[in-house]
Amino acid sequence: MHYQTESWNSYLPTKPPTTDSLQLILRLAAENAVVIFSKSTCCMCHSIKRLFSGMGVNATVYELDEDPREKEMEKALIRLLGSSSAVPVVFIGGKLVGAMDRVMASHINGTLVPLLKEAGAIWL
Amino acid sequence: MWEFCQTDGSLDLFGWLVTARISIFIEVIDMITPTTQFTSTSTMGVYEPIHQISMWDDTFGGTISPNTDVCIITQADAKLDDKCEYASDRSLEPAEDNQTAKSIRDKVQRRLAQNREAARKSRLRKKAYVQQLETSRLKLAQLELELERARHQGLLIGGATANMGLCGNVNSGIAAFEMEYGHWMEEQQRKNSDLRNVLQSPIADVELRLLVEDVLEHYCNLFRMKRDASRADAFYLVFGMWRTPVEQFFLWIGGFQPSELISVVMPQLENLTDQQLAEVRNLQHSCQQAEDALSQGMEKLRQTLAQSITTLAAGAGSYSSQVVSTMEKLESLESFVQQADHLREQTLRRMSCILTMRQAAKGLLAFGEYFQRLRALGSLWAASPRKFT
Repeated sequence: MHYQTESWNSYLPTKPPTTDSLQLILRLAAENAVVIFSKSTCCMCHSIKRLFSGMGVNATVYELDEDPREKEMEKALIRLLGSSSAVPVVFIGGKLVGAMDRVMASHINGTLVPLLKEAGAIWL
Repeated sequence: MWEFCQTDGSLDLFGWLVTARISIFIEVIDMITPTTQFTSTSTMGVYEPIHQISMWDDTFGGTISPNTDVCIITQADAKLDDKCEYASDRSLEPAEDNQTAKSIRDKVQRRLAQNREAARKSRLRKKAYVQQLETSRLKLAQLELELERARHQGLLIGGATANMGLCGNVNSGIAAFEMEYGHWMEEQQRKNSDLRNVLQSPIADVELRLLVEDVLEHYCNLFRMKRDASRADAFYLVFGMWRTPVEQFFLWIGGFQPSELISVVMPQLENLTDQQLAEVRNLQHSCQQAEDALSQGMEKLRQTLAQSITTLAAGAGSYSSQVVSTMEKLESLESFVQQADHLREQTLRRMSCILTMRQAAKGLLAFGEYFQRLRALGSLWAASPRKFT
């Protein structure tokens, strides 16, 4: 894919979301069984972290605000989710689960635990 | 049906009316000895309106019909008058035993006359009081209408707790929510009745399903209303400001706590299979985990806000970056309220999947009745006087 960065820059002050940043996200997501993209100041992210740790899951957390690649990762996540908030986002077994409401819904309807077991994140 | 009774022993309206009633009873019992005949009610100008007496009969389960009461009194009056005249004419009769009998009769007659007087006064007082109640009732209806209009125009913030002191804040989103919530509650009562009626008859599962879906949809409407209102004022939602204090006592992030609710509803359900029991237990466990996670997020929000407040510069303007970031943190409360409601919705849906249609209907009815009773208790508490020792 090829972006016209010059014409883009004339309309927006920031860099466009490139496939590179999306690839980065997906690559990071595939490296561990459970990956959470978060921000250290976000309290909903804190909730999701507590949810997984409460279930005995040792999740890999990327705090965007402590990462130099914050801006592009944020944009990629927003694009991926189609929502206004980039974090929190959860990947299990390299596949996108979603934001807080999707995680909650899957936990309540009983699909989260099997997913975690399949990814090897918990054993029972 | 809730009845409001004084607990401190003072004579309230009910007590007063019972006393009035008792005085009439005494009179009637005294009158039973002479022969009684029934006169028409048209002779009783003082004793109208009779329909009010019959209303109180219903309340207190009186066994004597109002017409009987009053007729006997009139007839007895007539008889007594005759007797009095007769007695005065015969005042010169000298016999000893007649004297004792006469004095007893006099005492009886005096007591009866006093009773009659007391009863009459009591009836007049009651009549005046009832008229006062009627006019007050009309006035109250008028005031409520004005209040509704004012709220609709976003001029007031109402709610069950009048002592929050927020009336200076104009928020039409909240005013709209309160009005909608009133309608939602009325609709909820109707749906509860439908569930009750339907469960008493043998009804096909497919029809039950429609009703169950309808009730679930109604709850989803409430969550949608709350979501819209949380954009206007998340704190209003979190504290359940439209609810009575007793209801607020049970709140978890602006509503019912799903895991607690499962505990309340489960004993009302019968014939659950082992599989169903296991699934419900799992659901409750998942709910608890989800609730803990959200509660911890709220706690984290409080901590970061506290830190933020301590670092706010003394002379910080409303638009300084510190204040702005603190305000942004406050805004994140909205997402917690929404996640909590989302959890509630998911729990309700999951329960209705685990249960059979009939069980789900029973569960929803138990759920609805629980909240009705909680709200009624809250209203009762709010209306009852406080003791000052």
